[in-house]
Amino acid sequence: MVLGLALESVVEPSKHRRPSLWSQLFGDPIRAFGSLSLLLLLSLAIAPSKDHFSQWRHYQNSYLKMIRGRGDAVTLRRHFQAGIQQIWIPELGVVDRCTTCHVGVKEAGLTDVSLQPFRRHPVMPHDIEQFGCVICHRGQGAATTVEEAHMSTLAWEEPMLPARYLESSCGQCHRAPLTGTPQLNEGRRLMARYGCAHCHTVKLPEGGSLEAEDDAPSLSHIAEKTTREWIYAWVKDPQAYAATARMPNFKLSDEEARDISAFLIANSTPISGDTFSLPTAAQNTPSDPTAGASLYGESFCATCHAVQNAAGNVVGGDIGPELTRIGNKVRPEWLAAWIKNPRVYDPLTAMPHYRFSDAQVAVLTGYLQTKSDSEFLANVHLDPRTPEQVAHGKLLCTEYGCASCHEISGIKKAENFAPELTRIGSKPISQLIFAAGMPHTLPAYISGKLRQPRAFAAGLKMPQYNFTAAQIDAITTALLSLNERAQTLPARLSEPLSPASNYQPAGRAGQLMNDLACFSCHRINGRGSDLAPDLTWEGSVVQGKWLEEFLRNPNTLRPALIRRMPKFNLTADEIATLSDYIMTVYQTPSFDRESMPNSGYPAVLVEEGRQLFYSKYACQSCHIVDPKADKGYIGPTLTEVGSRLNATWVYHWLKDPQALRPGTIEPNRNLTEEDARALTAFLMSQKESARQETRK
Amino acid sequence: MRDLRILTGFLSLGLVLAGCTRTPASNAASKPARGVSALVEVSGGKQAAAAGGMLLQPVIVQVNDDQGSAVPGALVSIRGPRGTIFDPPTGPTDSSGQFTTNVSLGEMAGRYQLTASALNAVGKAIELKVEEIALGYEEILGRELSEKYCARCHDQESTPERLSNYDNLAVKPHAFNEGDTLNPISDADLMAIIDHGGPALNRSPLMPPYGYTLSKAEIHALISYIRMISDPPYRAPGTFYAQP
Repeated sequence: MVLGLALESVVEPSKHRRPSLWSQLFGDPIRAFGSLSLLLLLSLAIAPSKDHFSQWRHYQNSYLKMIRGRGDAVTLRRHFQAGIQQIWIPELGVVDRCTTCHVGVKEAGLTDVSLQPFRRHPVMPHDIEQFGCVICHRGQGAATTVEEAHMSTLAWEEPMLPARYLESSCGQCHRAPLTGTPQLNEGRRLMARYGCAHCHTVKLPEGGSLEAEDDAPSLSHIAEKTTREWIYAWVKDPQAYAATARMPNFKLSDEEARDISAFLIANSTPISGDTFSLPTAAQNTPSDPTAGASLYGESFCATCHAVQNAAGNVVGGDIGPELTRIGNKVRPEWLAAWIKNPRVYDPLTAMPHYRFSDAQVAVLTGYLQTKSDSEFLANVHLDPRTPEQVAHGKLLCTEYGCASCHEISGIKKAENFAPELTRIGSKPISQLIFAAGMPHTLPAYISGKLRQPRAFAAGLKMPQYNFTAAQIDAITTALLSLNERAQTLPARLSEPLSPASNYQPAGRAGQLMNDLACFSCHRINGRGSDLAPDLTWEGSVVQGKWLEEFLRNPNTLRPALIRRMPKFNLTADEIATLSDYIMTVYQTPSFDRESMPNSGYPAVLVEEGRQLFYSKYACQSCHIVDPKADKGYIGPTLTEVGSRLNATWVYHWLKDPQALRPGTIEPNRNLTEEDARALTAFLMSQKESARQETRK
Repeated sequence: MRDLRILTGFLSLGLVLAGCTRTPASNAASKPARGVSALVEVSGGKQAAAAGGMLLQPVIVQVNDDQGSAVPGALVSIRGPRGTIFDPPTGPTDSSGQFTTNVSLGEMAGRYQLTASALNAVGKAIELKVEEIALGYEEILGRELSEKYCARCHDQESTPERLSNYDNLAVKPHAFNEGDTLNPISDADLMAIIDHGGPALNRSPLMPPYGYTLSKAEIHALISYIRMISDPPYRAPGTFYAQP
């Protein structure tokens, strides 16, 4: 109490004696003016000091400190420019200040520096001044702090692209495959192969849309081909039937699978016309198992079809469906009719029409029938279908979009069945719904969606694919390249895909080539596949007599290959038609086929060519001329090349292989005229007849 | 009805017991397991992947005791330079004493040294270094070109899709990761061999010239790929400065 009074007495007088802080500072106009000026000065100092202590100035100072002790300090110091640096490319909408902190990006001398942000940019195909940074790396180019430049902010959503998906940026301009972007190429290939564009529209900047390259079979006549039990098992889990099946899993319930199978069988119509005749030979199958296997091998079925071997490895091509359990799937009479002539059931199939005899059809059918798994359909028991099931099945087929990929009579392909993906690579994060626990970034969303499409919400329809982690990365890369920038880039930068060729050879030969599905392996005038040699100029390449013999009995030129030209059992008339057409129409305009003789070269020239072949150019490292001595297995065998190839073609090929077939791996040796002529003479001397004579 | 109740009682008791027996087992995994004395690399080392990308094969290490036999249930953790992601970064070895993890490399091209470690009986960390390679743009381009043009002769491995021609050649080509042979050859000499063929440096004419087939930039890409995968690592000549 006493202390309190004492304190009061101390405080009280001071209140009267000393003026308050307020009156001290602003008590009279002069004081107020003085204090305000001081405050103003301080507030004016905020901006310069903020600038002085900014992140970029810190980085520039540490850069200067770093280069000070180096031997090349003078050069580096001369290249260094203080202050905010900017790459401004109005045409591309680029305002990049990244080089403000990333000072050493273009310094060739900084190879040994691994400290960011001072690392030298690794070699790349473009100039930084021409494209800036964000075109490839994304991020917010105009920002000058680390966080704003690299991360996403709410107002401005463009975080840096993780290096894992960097190739997607190449895809903004380059829509054709590039050698340096394997991941992007693979992603695009997978998108075409799995038919993303069946459901999702992807408009290309140059016009047109992305096309699917899978040909899901028509289901209009499915009852001829298979049973309801198989359809049930298949739609429940396609990968249980074949590990390599491309159809995704729709996670159907038993009832849904039952009703869809009921609908598809009920909806199936018989093949129209009487061309679909069942060979009766199929019924009395010979019981010689080796005959089937060897016919399967001789016909090179494995070029397109794979079979799972005992070790569990899937061996064979991926053009046609896997045949591991084909016996569980197809009806024997359908299989026989299909092998006899697949074009009756599906006029556009990639499978060639082998001219098998009825006996061969029976052997092959019997052999394929044995490829079955007795347990596969053992537990599928379906009651006879009811009209309700059929009606419900049709509803389900419409809802799940079966008709987006398959032709189903009675159901129209839905337009815009799934969200358009034209700009998926720049979709704002605020428009996405993320599953719990996943990082809030666009690449994470896309890859998560590919991994588990239905994990994001209830009632989603996108089916489950079983991609590997690498495949998901590849597809994500391809999808990220479909973005706003790709759509709006100036046309001069765009490198569009060359439009798909719809080349169709004319006349009877054309019909024959469709029937034999030549385009499934060979490319001609831009149409077809890369599995076998391009035939666009085949008429200039080979000699007519050899071509006829080859079509009659295709002996292989590359014994090491597992994929080879099958024997189609063509008639003499068909062979003449094909070979006449090829020799007349598929001629290169760059030289005259007749300008060099195919034989009759002087022995001196031939001998000179032999020397060049074996010593100077060492062609035997890749090619075989003398089967006893040479071992090269990379290029085609040249043992009888003088009877096979045209001398003019050989000469021009030796001079510049890439000019005749772009992308061929035969190196251009830049031969002189004399050397090319001598080598041609030597190669043309390698005749079939000559060899046969020496053998005798 | 009463039987059912008893049955559910037993069932839940069983569940609880099962839960109890599990807990000590997982505890044991986090303790240093018996006699950890060495970590051995099983597979997954020296892989090359794109910078930022995932290695195709997982990294598998095995924990051995002093007898050299595998130790199941030992806790292994793995770490790497900045940006490396492990899935999972830590975990117990399986019944065969192995720990498997998927690795994504960081965003910078270069060599990545990963360190797997496990604690031994006295709590000391036993370590194993595993090296991986992250490829940048140029190296990836080089790898693709190498696959197309070079690997048929320079790679001894033969697959049905791409047979190796190695065995057929009278003079054997060098594998691209043969650092002992290739590291002493300068960039300019490698350039000359690829550009003008083997005879340019008095080597075998079986190596054809690629200078008219590949561009200079493509040959540079090949060289930087060869340098990147070389084993032992390639160290460029020239002045090196102390890192700040």
